[in-house]
Amino acid sequence: MTPFDAVAPSAPSAGAWEGVAWALARDLRLALRSKAEIGVQLLFYVIVVSLFPLGVGPEPALLRALGPGVLWVAALLASLLSLPRIFTADFSDGTLEQIALSPYPLPALISGKIAAHWLTTGLPLVVMSPLLGIQFGLSGNELSILAVGLLVGTPTLSLLGAIGAALTIGLRAGGGLLALLILPLYAPVLIFGAGAVDAVRAGFSASAQLSLLGAGLLVAIVGAPIACAAAVRIALD
Amino acid sequence: MTTSINWFRFASPASFFPLARRLAPWFASAAALLALLGCYLGLFVAPTDAQQGEAYRIIFIHVPAAWMSMFIYLVMAFWCAISLTFNTRLAAMMAQSLAPTGAMFTFVALWTGALWGKPTWGTYWAWDARMTSELILLFLYFGYMALRNAIDDPRRADRASAVLALVGAINIPIIYFSVKWWNTLHQGASVSLTAAPTMAKLMLAGMLVMAFAAWFYAIAIALLRVQAIILERECATAWVGELAASVRGAK
Amino acid sequence: MRFAATLFANVDFSLGNGEMLVVTGANGSGKTTLLRIASGLSHAAHGALKWRGIAVAPFDAELRASVLYIGHATALKDEFTAEENLLALSSLHGAPGGERAAVREALGAWSLDRQSRLPARVLSQGQRRRIALARLNLIRRPLWVLDEPASAIDAADVAQLERLIASHLSTGGIAVIATHHDLAIHGARKRMLRLS
Repeated sequence: MTPFDAVAPSAPSAGAWEGVAWALARDLRLALRSKAEIGVQLLFYVIVVSLFPLGVGPEPALLRALGPGVLWVAALLASLLSLPRIFTADFSDGTLEQIALSPYPLPALISGKIAAHWLTTGLPLVVMSPLLGIQFGLSGNELSILAVGLLVGTPTLSLLGAIGAALTIGLRAGGGLLALLILPLYAPVLIFGAGAVDAVRAGFSASAQLSLLGAGLLVAIVGAPIACAAAVRIALD
Repeated sequence: MTTSINWFRFASPASFFPLARRLAPWFASAAALLALLGCYLGLFVAPTDAQQGEAYRIIFIHVPAAWMSMFIYLVMAFWCAISLTFNTRLAAMMAQSLAPTGAMFTFVALWTGALWGKPTWGTYWAWDARMTSELILLFLYFGYMALRNAIDDPRRADRASAVLALVGAINIPIIYFSVKWWNTLHQGASVSLTAAPTMAKLMLAGMLVMAFAAWFYAIAIALLRVQAIILERECATAWVGELAASVRGAK
Repeated sequence: MRFAATLFANVDFSLGNGEMLVVTGANGSGKTTLLRIASGLSHAAHGALKWRGIAVAPFDAELRASVLYIGHATALKDEFTAEENLLALSSLHGAPGGERAAVREALGAWSLDRQSRLPARVLSQGQRRRIALARLNLIRRPLWVLDEPASAIDAADVAQLERLIASHLSTGGIAVIATHHDLAIHGARKRMLRLS
């Protein structure tokens, strides 16, 4: 009988929630150490949105019509820009191997990482969006629906995007490939998100679009971490 | 269980290769015959449409291509699921061999849709629900092939692209539904392809024959492509060496 | 296909409590691949890995709870201090030693007391490797898989590593180590595997 035999047969089954908490706390802490990156992503969002009026002209009616779509497409692009951050650094310094070998369930750890990613990249966009919406002449009601839509929709973007980020870990092709994999999958979020604002503008309720965004979020919360975990294991193999 | 057939025998690339080689010409000839028959029915037998004139005849290519584009993605996702679950190489090779054909049919559906749209509605491209989802489907095919292409290790390519194909397959109905929803909200700005004229029996027959032709063509081309993939990936094995030697000997 | 290579074939070994396997071989002979297979990170093209007599797939939960893998990469975050890095890694592996005191002690054992509050970014290669090795003091696992553990560290630290491995083996642990160094482990039941 050796000390290790005593603990042998049943592995210490580590809880899923502790795994989520570990990854969330660690990634938030890391992100706060490099605040500049959060700022860069937010600035990207602001700049893309601000370039549109330069492209299509300052006509208020036109800007008002384009506003929701522009703000949402820019959010998609900003989300895409930040996706490689989820796994790239952890992969190249060897942390991802340690994460995958941890006794915590891998989908739980990845959920925590995605949550941290959304809090540091998605949430700032949500907060910033009403301000940018004003530039496009959106009304108060439209601004609030825009923000609510982004609040429900951007976590789905992070979750879906993480799948693409996990599939392209360590590949030379990098950003362009990620865009090709992920942007088509973003289409429904864009449609319902921008559609919610359009519905309010046309005098309807946006509850249908927002519920569909919510339903999509639930499906993504359940499914995406599992797909990501499979992709991470494939990438490490 | 001594009488049962060992289905897994064909799950090995080495034993599937000769089967694929035997079957491919049959499917190819069936596809050619059906395509000839379908074109004859479509171009000569089917009556001229009262509203659209002769231009409607493009549906004999357009509709089968659109069907195949969706169907092949589902078959591809099916093989991907098999390859992930049972870790079989052949299933992944089948998925890989289907992708370019699926993308081709998607492209043909878009192209012929545009050609059909010009004389009928006066515009090559309309953001119609079907055309838009077909376009997104084309992007999904391109994504699948690009991901495969970007990964050097074939086993990792198999499994990573399989995950992507499955995620895509789950998303296709969602995308289709959302695009349809979006389209009905913006109805004024677009034209709908759903208002097809009531179809004469002969038109339907021609379309079905063409659909079967497309089906057999897809199978034949996939069987040809899978042979190339098997040879390429198994080139280090003994049986490929023997095959190469026997081909050289025959010359 | 652009990449395929058979690195090694017919490698067969089994290790019992208190045994270690030393894997040697030239660069590119597949040492790292073998170690990754043994720790459950990669799957072998042919053959099987068994843990406690049962065949296990890569990332098997039982194996994950039993293995401590230290690879080439140190798994350190540049933004974190030495102490934070070790805290994060030991709690990731559910080690009870997730407390600061245990981490300080482990850093002390590798004579890193003075560096514990410095961000990993400013540390030297050898110091980073020692932080990675300090996981051996913190995370209790029956199976150690160490890839070139003695690279970039000086003689005193190699001696410390040898002591740790010896004590791990004497309490019934198992170790698989790829190394260029000749590690002197007293009283160890040592097996050699040379990949060519």
